[in-house]
Amino acid sequence: MEPFKKIKSIATPLDKVNVDTDQIVPKQFLKLVQRTGFGQYLFYDWRYEKEGIPRKDFILNDSKYKNSKILLARDNFGCGSSREHAVWALDDYGFKVVISTSFADIFYNNCFKNGVLPIKVSEESLQKLFSVKSEIEVDLENQSIRADGLSMSFDIEPHWKKILLEGLDDIAMTLLHEKQIVQYEKAHKI
Amino acid sequence: MNITEKILARASGKTSVAPGDVVFVNVDKVMVHDVSGPGVLAVFEKLRKKGMIIDKIWDPERVWVAEDHFVPAADKISAQNVVMLTNFTKQFGIKKHFKYGMGQYGICHTLSHEEAMVLPGEVYVGGDSHTNTTGALGAFAAGLGHTDVAYVLLNGKIWFKVPETLFFKLNGKLPDHVMAKDLILKIIGDIGTDGAAYKTMQFGGTGISEMSVESRLTLTNMTTEAGAKSGIVEPDQKTRDYLAARGATKYNEVHSDPDAQYEKIYEYEASEMEPIVAKPFSPENTVVARDLSSVEIDKAYIGSCTGAKLEDLEAAARILKGKTVKIRTEVLPAAMSIFRKAMDQGLLKIFMDAGVVVGPPTCGACCGAHMGVLAKDEICVSTTNRNFPGRMGHVESQTYLASPLVAAASAITGKITDPRDIR
Repeated sequence: MEPFKKIKSIATPLDKVNVDTDQIVPKQFLKLVQRTGFGQYLFYDWRYEKEGIPRKDFILNDSKYKNSKILLARDNFGCGSSREHAVWALDDYGFKVVISTSFADIFYNNCFKNGVLPIKVSEESLQKLFSVKSEIEVDLENQSIRADGLSMSFDIEPHWKKILLEGLDDIAMTLLHEKQIVQYEKAHKI
Repeated sequence: MNITEKILARASGKTSVAPGDVVFVNVDKVMVHDVSGPGVLAVFEKLRKKGMIIDKIWDPERVWVAEDHFVPAADKISAQNVVMLTNFTKQFGIKKHFKYGMGQYGICHTLSHEEAMVLPGEVYVGGDSHTNTTGALGAFAAGLGHTDVAYVLLNGKIWFKVPETLFFKLNGKLPDHVMAKDLILKIIGDIGTDGAAYKTMQFGGTGISEMSVESRLTLTNMTTEAGAKSGIVEPDQKTRDYLAARGATKYNEVHSDPDAQYEKIYEYEASEMEPIVAKPFSPENTVVARDLSSVEIDKAYIGSCTGAKLEDLEAAARILKGKTVKIRTEVLPAAMSIFRKAMDQGLLKIFMDAGVVVGPPTCGACCGAHMGVLAKDEICVSTTNRNFPGRMGHVESQTYLASPLVAAASAITGKITDPRDIR
């Protein structure tokens, strides 16, 4: 994975609670197995009318948010099916940070496996972020979120922070210990 | 320690653990299906590109594979994915591959108990969010994403944060017109779809002791809809009998200590329970079935890992016997073993006499993928577990979640119906 750098971008406010992974990537795209290219299917049923005509009233189709890397969402984001395609789609589309008051468990873990940072903030903080019109800066190293006049910190488990900052995944993490594993295996050969 | 903590302690080689501890556990069983399997293979592919050699997996005997979401192959890509799964099981020597059209096959969570793939006291993970289901046998069962499953396939281990446990106590036996589905919908309505986020939901009390293993599986299945990490029921004689009937007698049961701690205890009186329905578009959007008696519906669906076990079909057949359905109605047994028992017991005849179409096991329409999806504005009463927008088809279709008794009663009247109101 790419090491996670400081992200500065306009934030896309998705004002919905309980967004489930089937809204993030509808089931018809689960059959596709390549991990890349899922961005075009992100929020597909909300983004498009029949035959791929973009719905004017959906936030992702607002040109203001075209290069947004930060998604703001409401409670329980990522609930429902465990499909990791949901995170693949967010990442491929360009979202590197999702900020919400809470996330569904499997989705939350899947984010870190794919270099996407999910940030939990309080209801009050989220409300403030929803009203920000300018760019928001997310600094993982210092665990801070800044936007015009606003500054807040967030919590993250040190393990996840390391993984994102260094661009490691679980398997790469294990391979860091490859030498010791090989030594152990040699010593314990039957 | 409670049962979940004890299982995680044992699997991580510790004498004791407490909620919040991070433990690295040895996994006993892992499952992938035709969506997560190809997803896991995509992760393997990425690792190979990085130079990793993947020519074997941790333990082929502990891995099993189901074909359920897109079988019968919905289209060319789905057909290709099944071929990919077959190549995967051949390459790595996985013998437990339940193939469509070759004897026993069905929905992965149903096979987990029908085939006794998972046993009491074990740690079981799967590439599907409803993996929680199998916790009803007294195992720790949790769903994982593709990358995590890939990791387990290679290493046989995974880390967990020991969850807090919420204890749901059911006092007394549920009345005949009330099913486990009504209880779990009631609970989700009470605590909300994130009410158990990263927690274990444990079920106990006299009402659970009275309950069949199949009913308990309905409860644990839908712990996912409350955001739970896992759901669990302590094993008892019913669990032992259920597993013995499926050839499994050797396992190490785990039970809670007398001084086990729970974050919170919720009590429910069985005699006060009523048939419950979850309205669109959330499983927490619950009301009593009778409040919806004016809702006209287009279809009744009796299927899925949570609503098409043998007793679910028996319940539906009790209502449908000698009646005719007024709306499109489908029954899809969740596994071939259940399909066969339904045939042997004459249930299929009852369904067909009532005008119902009986189909092969599949997740198909439950997740809106194929095999009878909903059109725009169509309304379905369904024994499945999710009713998010577009879950069963068009994004503007609607699903009401209900027990097999309510679904069957509604099939007869064409409106959402409490089973007590069918004469």
